Amino acid sequence: MLLRHTTSEVKEREGLTINPAKTCQPIGAMYAALGIHGCLPHSHGSQGCCAYHRSTLTRHYKEPVMAATSSFTEGASVFGGQANLLAAIDTIFSVYDPDIIAVHSTCLSETIGDDLQQITRKALDDGKIPEGKYVIYASTPSFIGSHVTGYANMVAGMASQFAVSTGEKKDQVNLVAGWMEPSDMRELKRISKEMGAKIVLFPDTSDVLDAPQTGKHVFYPKGGVTVPELKSTGDSKFTLALGCISAEPAAIALDKKCSVPFETVDMPIGLSATDRFIMALSKAAGVKVPDSITAERGRLVDVMTDMEQYFHGKKVALFGDPDQLIPLTEFLLDLGMKPRHIVSGTPGGRFDKRMKEILERAPGANFKNGLNADMFLLHQWIKNEPVDLLIGNTYGKYIARDEDIPFVRFGFPILDRIGHSYFPSVGYSGGLRIVEKILGVLMDRQDMTANEEKFELVM
Amino acid sequence: MEANKTYPDPSAIREELVQKYPAKVAKKRTKSIIINDPETVPEVQANVRTVPGIITQRGCSYAGCKGVVLGPTRDIVNITHGPIGCSFYSWLTRRNQTKPETDADANFITYCFSTDMQEENIVFGGEKKLKVAIQEAYDLFHPKSIAIFSTCPVGLIGDDVHAAAREMKEKLGDCNVFGFSCEGYRGVSQSAGHHIANNGVFKHMVGRNNEKKEGKFRLNLLGEYNIGGDAFEIERIFKKCGITLVSSFSGNSTVGQLENAHMADLNVIMCHRSINYMGEMMETKYGIPWMKINFVGAESSAKSLRRIAQYFGDEGLKAKVEEVIAEELPKVKAVIDEIRPRTEGKTAMLFVGGSRAHHYQDLFTELGMTTVAAGYEFAHRDDYEGREVLPGIKIDADSKNIEELKVEADPELYKPRKSEAELEALKAEGLEINGYEGMMKQMMKKSLVVDDISHYESEKLIEIYKPDIFCAGIKEKYVVQKMGVPLKQLHSYDYGGPYTGFEGAVNFYRDIDRMVNNPVWKLIKAPWETAAGENDGVLEATYAEA
Repeated sequence: MLLRHTTSEVKEREGLTINPAKTCQPIGAMYAALGIHGCLPHSHGSQGCCAYHRSTLTRHYKEPVMAATSSFTEGASVFGGQANLLAAIDTIFSVYDPDIIAVHSTCLSETIGDDLQQITRKALDDGKIPEGKYVIYASTPSFIGSHVTGYANMVAGMASQFAVSTGEKKDQVNLVAGWMEPSDMRELKRISKEMGAKIVLFPDTSDVLDAPQTGKHVFYPKGGVTVPELKSTGDSKFTLALGCISAEPAAIALDKKCSVPFETVDMPIGLSATDRFIMALSKAAGVKVPDSITAERGRLVDVMTDMEQYFHGKKVALFGDPDQLIPLTEFLLDLGMKPRHIVSGTPGGRFDKRMKEILERAPGANFKNGLNADMFLLHQWIKNEPVDLLIGNTYGKYIARDEDIPFVRFGFPILDRIGHSYFPSVGYSGGLRIVEKILGVLMDRQDMTANEEKFELVM
Repeated sequence: MEANKTYPDPSAIREELVQKYPAKVAKKRTKSIIINDPETVPEVQANVRTVPGIITQRGCSYAGCKGVVLGPTRDIVNITHGPIGCSFYSWLTRRNQTKPETDADANFITYCFSTDMQEENIVFGGEKKLKVAIQEAYDLFHPKSIAIFSTCPVGLIGDDVHAAAREMKEKLGDCNVFGFSCEGYRGVSQSAGHHIANNGVFKHMVGRNNEKKEGKFRLNLLGEYNIGGDAFEIERIFKKCGITLVSSFSGNSTVGQLENAHMADLNVIMCHRSINYMGEMMETKYGIPWMKINFVGAESSAKSLRRIAQYFGDEGLKAKVEEVIAEELPKVKAVIDEIRPRTEGKTAMLFVGGSRAHHYQDLFTELGMTTVAAGYEFAHRDDYEGREVLPGIKIDADSKNIEELKVEADPELYKPRKSEAELEALKAEGLEINGYEGMMKQMMKKSLVVDDISHYESEKLIEIYKPDIFCAGIKEKYVVQKMGVPLKQLHSYDYGGPYTGFEGAVNFYRDIDRMVNNPVWKLIKAPWETAAGENDGVLEATYAEA
């Protein structure tokens, strides 16, 4: 019993979070910044934050994750971190020569009130930023929101600090990627190409966090959205934000600065959300949906009809990030499954509203986000109403083992398996992968537990 | 260094490592990059601030306190007071294995507790929320102890975690509650957190239970955190030798063990950096001498056992230890004989931790491999140069902020385990008591010693030396491997291990053999990318480009 102290009695908690279903803003900002070509993320705070964020991202991607830190000690904490950041900018441009430094704050620098806008302005005025290079920033205090909010803030920072409106509209659509995997971003580019839609996708961590083994370490891998592309987003005819929590703030920023109209759709996970994405992209880019995409859809629906008996009525518990949970829950319902318990540590009313809408099809389901929406609560709910499947990040493996539940890893972080960064979960082919993974664990369970006389060769 | 390999002049390498830095940074880094001479050990600049903007291996004080020292004790509820991140990142990521004796025993290691501070707690203070959290933890789990860890903002807004702990301890009655001011900005690395943790454990836990455990040879194992089951192997060996392990700080340990530690007759220290404070304080207060030992490496394990037996001065124990060594070593030798022809002459670099970069050199030596460069992530000068330099180390502002406990002999419990004369006699026999000679005396002349190595410097070193294996942590792993060099993680062991003791040595030999001789390293270039005849020279071809 790995979680031997977890009891079924659910008591309201106010002070203590146990086994959180979220982490802090800066790691999201760091991940987003890696999706700009030639960018070195920089953590403005003490060293530990940067070390923890790099370690977690490295464990999730099994790839180099480069980032620098302001290395605060007590002095900087008392007198302010300006001197540290200015020194860091100097050191970074001399030693690591990035095109861009993307600075994010931490709870330490936020608590002492360091103003990143003012410090980066000063760096520019003091001539510390070489010609043609950039320092951008995002405010990401850890005592607000979650890692998802941090991602959203850095992506919004990219939009507001790079986008330029030249007055000449371009025939292109901005696609703002919510927090998703490099494989998902690669898939979005493939789908857009297949549809003939001209897009600028940002951020884009494909070819950065899934770089090939070449025998040579490339400090700034070939992937990532480029500065000219980011600048051009201000001239795009439309913005499509994928995810109301992690992507929409960037779309709003673009609209405010450069009057680019936008629409927010759910992250295209599963059948219905992908349908809506394809229609939105078709409309925004003014392109027809090609037969090849309709065929991809047909293959996903084909598998869903072929295998429906294995999904029907199965109870599911899931936890993770809101922009992923919303379409994923909807997909489970499309499959005929029963989402029962859902938690997301990330706070925000949008999640509540969307979940309520979606879960009208699943009366009695528990869901909670924000404070104390943690995995301890999820586990307690499961003890009260057991489920057939658990979906969530690696930390779910403890619940899965204790309660003997088939487990599909989905979300962030996944520290003990590979695949997430190579095989997409978005789009129709991503839907196929999710279906395959769910079927895999459910059928393995059936095979291992069936009575010998009931053991089936063909399923 | 190997006669058949030639390397550039080490001073030229040092130049090369710093030439890209701004002048002031270069000047500072030069003092931390040392060409070793084991005879007249040169001074290393260590335990100083990392230059802002440098990509460093280091973490923070919180990581050292909660993550390293307190984390592995299974029945403490460790509550992180702060925003959610710190507690999330230190949740199960250090591989501290533990084995409760029964299903009913407490084990909180798989849990993560946080006050998840919100903006309003930063503005109006978080003490109230902390006290609620302590109460909730108590009501849910009824633990013997609750420890509180301060994160960066807690120190800044002035939450008094110690007062909150005292108040709750009083209120709860049967639960020992105590706090740690281990905010991430304290000190210059994890090391500050180790010191803070030692002080707290010494003040709040050690000495609370005077029960005397049975056994003739009773010791504490300090600075062993049971990564990958290391402590399990040492426990096995001690048991076999008839040595009683009173407590282990803090791998596979319990609150009860730590509270009883002062009843042991010897402290043996594995990781000097993280816990030497505890050895010293226990000597002063209770009269227990300490000894630096090392159970990484088969020969080192044998040597450490012999030293323990020598300390106790018991002929029966000496004979038993020899019997155990005689039983264990042949199994190890059989594996060495098989593997060594494949590892002999290869080179390694180690840039990890505060003692590991020293200890693991023993295992490489047993494999016939040479350590060409090594350094610590968060050590102090004494870990490099030996404890004799301690009086000469100037205390800087970053260390002054860490409490130095005033420890005095306990009026009732102080009892010198060995008389002055006995200690002198042991020292005369060559037994090093209360001492540590550091890493550099063991390393070859002209090998490089680099403190707090940066990403840039490690990449340069790899280009220059082309080592066969590089040892560091997760943040470095894939960078180095992208360069075609296998990286062995010496914090998590790449989820292998244990590597201590005799069985651990065998595990390590097999892992290193697998890594340095893995066929995949020769498959990096596609056949169409490799010119005819260069198929087996992939690494050389790559480095020639650099």
